[in-house]
Parts: sequence; structure tokens; C-alpha cells
Amino acid sequence: MVQGNSLSLVEPVADPVPATPAVQIRNLSKWFGSFQALKDVSLTIARGERLVICGPSGSGKSTLIRTINALESFQQGEIRVDGIQLTRKPEAVEAVRLRVGMVFQQFNLFPHLTVLENCTLPLRLVRGVSTKEAEERALYYLGKVRIPEQAGKYASQLSGGQQQRVAIARALSMQPDIMLFDEPTSALDPEMVKEVLDTMTQLAGEGMTMAVVTHEMGFARQVADRVVFMDRGEIVEEGTPVEFFSNPKELRARSFLSQIIH
Amino acid sequence: MHYADNVDYPRLLSRPSVYIPGLAALFGLLLYVQAGTTSFGQMLASALGMAADAPFAANLVVAVLVTGIVALNVFVVLRLSLKHQVYVVWAELALLVLVFFYSFDLSFEFIGRKIGFLITQGLTTTLYVSAVSIFIASVLAMVGAVAKLSSNGIALGIANFYTSLFRGLPLLMQIYLIYLGLPQLGYVIDAVPAGIMALSLCYGAYMTEIFRAGIESIPKGQWEASRALGLKPKDTMTRIILPQAMRIIIPPTGNQFIAMLKDSSLVSVVGVWELMYLARTQGQTEFRHIEMMITASLIYWVMSIVLELIQTRIERRFNRAQTR
Repeated sequence: MVQGNSLSLVEPVADPVPATPAVQIRNLSKWFGSFQALKDVSLTIARGERLVICGPSGSGKSTLIRTINALESFQQGEIRVDGIQLTRKPEAVEAVRLRVGMVFQQFNLFPHLTVLENCTLPLRLVRGVSTKEAEERALYYLGKVRIPEQAGKYASQLSGGQQQRVAIARALSMQPDIMLFDEPTSALDPEMVKEVLDTMTQLAGEGMTMAVVTHEMGFARQVADRVVFMDRGEIVEEGTPVEFFSNPKELRARSFLSQIIH
Repeated sequence: MHYADNVDYPRLLSRPSVYIPGLAALFGLLLYVQAGTTSFGQMLASALGMAADAPFAANLVVAVLVTGIVALNVFVVLRLSLKHQVYVVWAELALLVLVFFYSFDLSFEFIGRKIGFLITQGLTTTLYVSAVSIFIASVLAMVGAVAKLSSNGIALGIANFYTSLFRGLPLLMQIYLIYLGLPQLGYVIDAVPAGIMALSLCYGAYMTEIFRAGIESIPKGQWEASRALGLKPKDTMTRIILPQAMRIIIPPTGNQFIAMLKDSSLVSVVGVWELMYLARTQGQTEFRHIEMMITASLIYWVMSIVLELIQTRIERRFNRAQTR
């Protein structure tokens, strides 16, 4: 189904309802025990939007995007993904996870499978794609992240940057509507950050809806449509990169930026 | 060594401070246990034409001789490559064990007459009982481990009670309880199924803990990645978590298999014609107990070696992907 001569990272989504936003979060609150990790957070991600979420560590930004595909629970509020309300029901969670791809800080490739199998196993088990078709599709996306030649290797034989690109290809093979990135470059050696950011930039250029938690402010400036700044479980400020970086309104945002931009 | 440093430390046994006191201790021990009075010592003393009424002289000669042989042996073996060292030491120790057995003045004619039956009937039954028990125990362990990790209170309660009871009772007692206790409920059970049941339940309980620890050792990120990709709980467990956990599970499980092979001898108490039972009863008829015991011991040993080799192969297979 995937043609080798097509150069798009993103397959056309079958049934997007243009009017519904990709992700709609309303008045979300979450507690870990007595600690409130998210405080009444509301956030809408439009279809095709590239959103960067930044903030100091412990500000709840990872927790926020992990609630979107139900890796974290929440106690109050509402999340809709492509209009589907996220509850704890298996059907709701399955439907949401089919639409949402995720890339982790620690890559989380399956070490007992080859690079190719990492991509094909979920396709076969979740999407019910035949082995042959799954391999074609996986190789297509491995080609897009420029490591098709590593398909037969195991994750432990790859560099960090290569592993993260495989993780991106694995998520894309499932053809999600939305991609979540949870600090995708934080575990990488400095010289490998660029190859992963380049892949993400390419993906953004092809119209994928992306929510990226990152400290890479260069990436945010260059790619993001909107930057959200979080602190202590709240969204403190949001705006276009130009507004946010040149003229942050909130004191907490200003002091955060002064610490990470040298 | 598993992970050798890049420093040539002087070998422990080639250091005079270890070598000389070690030999001195051996010499002293031989004198203390009066090595000259052993059958080997007396044989040696008479060969040297020493008077039988000079025990101290015999002790001394044997101690000097044995210490000298050990010293020379260490000196030679230290100069071999690691691989050859292992082979030589293995061969020497195996030889010593065989000499020990040989010293019992065994009737090889009797062993030759009986060994066929020990193998065709005894070994076959032992292997059958062990293999079936190992299989059932693995299934029980898998179910028990999943139950112990589940959030289902009933499953958790059953699994906890099961491991507590069957790890807590001596295996011998379990065999009696099943073989003699079940008929009290009106269910008469044969000896072989009773033995298999007891072994499976007991080892299943131990292996539940091994499987649980193996599953728990897989990092959280693997579960999250699998879930985020949309895999169902069953697929996450069987395709992602368990294949990785097997790497952790196999070495201790191999241990359990070898232990079970030998613990299967306990079912001889209910009259199963396995290796241990035959070794005891066949020896009785002609008062040749020691022959049968040693033969059975060697058969158990050979089976354990085979199991160890199989275990090494399986470990290598599961380690393939993950040598970092």
C-alpha cells in the first residue's frame, strides 16, 4: 500500500473530520497521591499544528502529553482525540492509541527484536497487516528516517540517534494522526541530537500533527506553530515562537528562558 | 573470569605466600587424618616394604608423596592455557571420584547384569516423571507469576496461598499427602500421577517466584512502548515482556530442572519404579547396595551434565540480541 516513490512521511488520513481539533484537553487535573501534577489544564491542538511544550523539570509537561494516550490516568477534566472521548474503557483507549504515536526519551525499542521486527510486529498484531505488507511499510518508513540498511540489526547494535530514528519510524509505521514526542533528544549525545531533530523537522514539514516536549529551543523557534510554557502543573504562557522568545510576558517564563538560552 | 581487568596480577597459586602455606596445610592435614592408615596408604607402605607396625612412618611417606604430587600438579597446570587448565582439572577430579568409587571393591559383573534394567526401566521412568513435571511446573509457574502480578484479588490470593503452601511443606510430605490423602476423599490415585502431581506443584511454586522476578525485571518503558503502539495486554505479555524475561528466567529455571531430576527420586517412597527405587531394590537381592547406588548416582550425574549443556545452548539463543 505504500509506494516507494512517494516522498511523504505522512499517509493521508482516511477520515479526518476537518472541524474537530486533533486533541482537545479541558480542565484536566491529575494528582500523584497528594501531589497535584496537573492543575486545571486546558489545551487544544489543531489538526496539522506543531506544538512545543517547554518548562522546567517537574512542571508536568511529560505527564500532560502522556495523559493523551492514556499512559497516565487523570482524575478530573476531559480529553478528546479526533473527537473520541478518552475514558478508561478498552475501546476508547484502543481507538485513541491507534491514532496517536509516541516517541520516548529512552527510545524503548524492543531489544529482543530486530529493527525491522520492531516496526512490523505492532503492525501485524494491532493493524492486522500481512507480514509482507508490514515489511514493505516498515522499510518505507525506515527509509524515510534514513536507516533502511540497519533493518536486520538489533537495537543494541545502533547508536542512540539511530535508535531514536528507528523509534520514530516504528511509530510512523502505525500511520497515526498525531505524534507525541516526550523529550526525544534528552538522552542523546550532543552530536546525535541534530539527526533526530532533522527527522522531526522533515516530519513537521509534511503536515503531521505534533506535540513535542523538549528543551531544544532552536527546534521550537524553527518548527513550532505555538509554544506552551508550563510550570508547577499549569500552563503559564502560550504564544507563537516569535512572541514567546522575544517578549515573554510572565516572570516565570522569562526566568526559565534566561536559564536555558545562553 | 566474566569481566577480566587488564592487569596481570600474579596468579594466586603462584604466589609463594599462598603456595607454601597451602602445601604446608595439606601436609599437616594428611598427617592429622593419618593418611598412612587408609587403604591407599597401606598399599603404598607395603609396596615400599615398610613395616606394618610403623604407622607414623607410613603417614609421613604418604603425606610427603601426596603433597609432592599436588605441588607438581599445580606447577604444571599453572603453565597451561585457561581452556586446558579447565580440561585437566576436570579430568583429574573426575578420575579421583571414579577412583573413590572403584575403591569400594565393586562387582562389575553385578553392575553389568543390572545396568540394562536400571536404564530401560529406571532411567526411563525418572525421565518421564521429570519431563512431565517440569512441563506442568512451568505452566503453573507462568500462570502463578501472572496471577501474582495481576490486580485481581482472587487470583492474587490463590497464587499467594499456593506458593506459600507448596514451598512451605517438605516435598516428601507432599508426596505422601497426595498419594495417601487423596484416597481419603474417595479419589484413588496411582503412584506415578501422584509423584508427578507433587513434583509439579512443588516446583511450580518455586518457579512462580522465578518467573515473577523475571517479568518484574523488564523496564517500565517496554510496557509503555508496547501499550502506546496499541498492543493488547495479552500481546504485550507474550510478545514483548516474556521473551525478554526468558533471558532472566532461564538460568535459575535450569537449576530447578536439575534439582527436580534428582528430587524425582523422592517418589520412590510410593513405589514408583524409577531409578532410585530400582537402585535400592535391585541391590537388596544380592546384598550389593553400593554397586547399585553408585551406578544410579553416575546416571543422575550424566543426566545433569546433559541438562546443563542444553541450558547453555538455550541461554545463548536468548542472549543473542542483547549482548551489549
